Amino acid sequence: MEPLAITWFAIIAVLWIGFLVLEGFDLGVGMRMLFATRDERERRVMLNTIGPVWDGNEVWLITAGAGMFAAFPEWYASLFSTLYVPLTVALVGLILRAVSIEWRGKVHTIRWRGMWTAGIGLGSLIAAFCIGAMLALTSLGLPIDGNGDRVGGPFVWLGWPAVVGGLAVVGFSLAHSATFLGLKADGPVRERAAVFAARWAPLCLVPAAVWALWVQLEHGGNAVSWMLVGLAVVAAGFGWVQARRRREGLAFTGYAAFGVLGVASIFAGMFPRLLPSTVDEAFSLTLANAANSPYTLGVMTVITAVSLPVILGYQAWSYWVFRRRVTPGMIPEAHIVLPAILRDKEATAPRG
Amino acid sequence: MEVLDIARWQFGITTVYHFMLVPLTLGLGMTIAIMQSIWVRTGDEKYLRMVKFWGKLYLINFILGVATGLVQEFQFGMAWSEYSRFVGDVFGAPLALEGLLAFFAESTFLGIWIFGWGRLRKSLHLAALWCAVVGSWLSAYFIIVANSWMQHPVGVELGPDGRPVMVDIWAVLTNNTALAAVTHTLFGSLIVAGMFLIGISWYHLWQRRRDGIDTVAAIPAAERRTGLIRRLTDARTRVVVGEAPSVAGRDAADHGVWLWSLRFGAVMAIVAFAGTGLTGDWQAKLMYEQQPMKMASAEAACHTGSSFSILSLGDPGSTDCSDVITLIEIPGLLGFLGTGEWGADMPGITDLESQYQNQYGETIPNDELYGSFAGSDVQYVPPMWVTYWGFRLMIGLGGITAFGALVALWLTRGGTVPRSPWIMRLAILGILAPFAGNIAGWIFTEIGRQPFVVAPNPDPSGIDGVFMFTAAAVSPGVTAGEMLFSVITLSLVYAVLMVVELFLLVKYVRGGVASAMPELGPAHRGDRDRDPDGGDHDASDDTDRDRGDDVLAFAY
Repeated sequence: MEPLAITWFAIIAVLWIGFLVLEGFDLGVGMRMLFATRDERERRVMLNTIGPVWDGNEVWLITAGAGMFAAFPEWYASLFSTLYVPLTVALVGLILRAVSIEWRGKVHTIRWRGMWTAGIGLGSLIAAFCIGAMLALTSLGLPIDGNGDRVGGPFVWLGWPAVVGGLAVVGFSLAHSATFLGLKADGPVRERAAVFAARWAPLCLVPAAVWALWVQLEHGGNAVSWMLVGLAVVAAGFGWVQARRRREGLAFTGYAAFGVLGVASIFAGMFPRLLPSTVDEAFSLTLANAANSPYTLGVMTVITAVSLPVILGYQAWSYWVFRRRVTPGMIPEAHIVLPAILRDKEATAPRG
Repeated sequence: MEVLDIARWQFGITTVYHFMLVPLTLGLGMTIAIMQSIWVRTGDEKYLRMVKFWGKLYLINFILGVATGLVQEFQFGMAWSEYSRFVGDVFGAPLALEGLLAFFAESTFLGIWIFGWGRLRKSLHLAALWCAVVGSWLSAYFIIVANSWMQHPVGVELGPDGRPVMVDIWAVLTNNTALAAVTHTLFGSLIVAGMFLIGISWYHLWQRRRDGIDTVAAIPAAERRTGLIRRLTDARTRVVVGEAPSVAGRDAADHGVWLWSLRFGAVMAIVAFAGTGLTGDWQAKLMYEQQPMKMASAEAACHTGSSFSILSLGDPGSTDCSDVITLIEIPGLLGFLGTGEWGADMPGITDLESQYQNQYGETIPNDELYGSFAGSDVQYVPPMWVTYWGFRLMIGLGGITAFGALVALWLTRGGTVPRSPWIMRLAILGILAPFAGNIAGWIFTEIGRQPFVVAPNPDPSGIDGVFMFTAAAVSPGVTAGEMLFSVITLSLVYAVLMVVELFLLVKYVRGGVASAMPELGPAHRGDRDRDPDGGDHDASDDTDRDRGDDVLAFAY
């Protein structure tokens, strides 16, 4: 097998891990805005913990998609055309969420804010679920023919793998965001998040663990992938224990490590498959039959090897710049925008 | 409707929509970076106000561009899986490079810029903005590299399975088609930003006059400059800048914000128009080599010759030359535009059509891949009314824009705008012209490439044999129902979001600078009065940084 293809499989895994772990807490914070806040100030505290970084985190998704195109176009083409409907829904969710975050604070009526809060929450929920379903399906298999096209109707993908994967990403995002808010927020938001991280988070991580195990059982697994599953479970347990002790930093580390190791175990478990076919094993997309030419992979490897550390560097710096907790006192008053039109003209200087 | 038609409509709708937002992001981003650079150098609060105000509008618009860009990233695989498989070895690379080298920087540094007021040193904060803007310009470059490869496939060899295999990334990245197109697009974006500045600044200067804040006074004869030309061109009146303490932000400095923005926008639009002229000429010459049919149909030039059509009429849906009646034409000009040589003969549609038929076949290959199109006749002439009018609309709107910018400079030479509400409305309307010009240009170049999705090039530097019919590119496994679902859903969502974006833009425009600077409002007046410099303790003052519970300078 081509070493460059293996390298690119690893890079794609890294990009998806980057997306799920970084955007995971953004999506989770978005969903929590639906149920875990009492008033407007708390919602704004929450939103501003992810404010400076969420857009940069979302680029991991874009780059993961583009990376699949650049390295394994067959995978990109087959997966996204087969999952046409869920991906469309995921995109609508992401669009809704993005504009909601940016536009929510632009007008200060209860209706306006309520509408965009719902947009952030539902957009995050829909996007997390659909992306999770999509990743689970590429790890567990889809009915594709020899050309990589779907056999069956638009909803042929709908089944337990999709549901488990969808719940896995939703659940992980909720757990992960609880410890994130424990680190980044202050006041009631922090308290409530800490309670959630200690009480409900382990339950939220169950679907993700089921998915990781399912991939191992489906494809036989290997020493590395089983080890990663084991480590992921240990990390989750560690995070839970620390969350119960209110050690916020360690709890965050534990759940985040669960995300990294869990996704890594899934990719390791499906290796060298990219998209198994449930119609016939021979139709499966693998590193061997879906990879681009060595030249293209080589060029892209060099550029990625140089740019990814730089990206990690400046993204880390952005987290450093905004390292302080967002407290309720830091939230500025709502700013009412009025047209700059003179209402009583007599009050001004004489007209010329 | 066939799946192919729906897929094409979807790509057209989502891409044109995306490109209504992007030029403003590209052009306005650069404008704001320049303004903030001047502010950091001079410390003049006028420029800070510009950065804040235009920055607010920039961000309202930016996010919709980002959100709709997500669709662009995935829809090649979704709706055009055969295309993605065919071009995958080449086409994915610029998209991935766009993510790695452009989008990450753009999004991360923009986040730092938005929330970094007051947290970073001024120079570092400015550097973050420059990184974000350079990121967005780089993204334009990479995506146009990808598009240009579809127009002019270079840097590849035909692989054993008939698909292009990349052999030279440098050739792909320095594709002459891409270099011409990206410069053309960036100049086009600067025109968009220029007209945006003119229209909105005009409104505010006009509003200031309407409210009686600014007035004009005749310049005494003794102070006027002498000489015939100066007497004819110099302003007779001069603005007298006033203040309205009861309106947030309507002070004397406010006038300077709008006047400077207006003039800067006008100069930028004029210079950028010249830029689009030069790069457009370069592009046209390349296209005559690379896709002669596109250019011939842009001219509705049926027969080989050298005349440039000023006005041709015919059946609008026509792809057939017998319907075209040329009313006005300039002999020789077309040859000059196409090759640089006056009167050179340019190939006409009738000749080209038989050439294309000989080279690429009269019918689409009888292959399962082509679905219901297998064996059908190929229409090598793109719909001429689209290419002919698209081309003219692009150039015409560009010209009108540049003329409008010149007029704006002339009318504001006395330091403010005329009181006429109609000229103000025209200036606002003028914002739309370069948007429409940009769209017309892209529709022209994309429709003009049909029936190919990857165009074959007769040009020796193009790789002959690498081409793909659009009919073969669509996803074979996706049903018409799914495509209809997505095109309807996305169109509806996009339409609603456009209404919201326009509502927000109008709201924040009408609020003036105070809409982006709450500190100019009455609630903060007390603060300002205590500060003899007029509230110029700028947001990046280091002394503010270590306060215990300091309020964020910006928060969602």
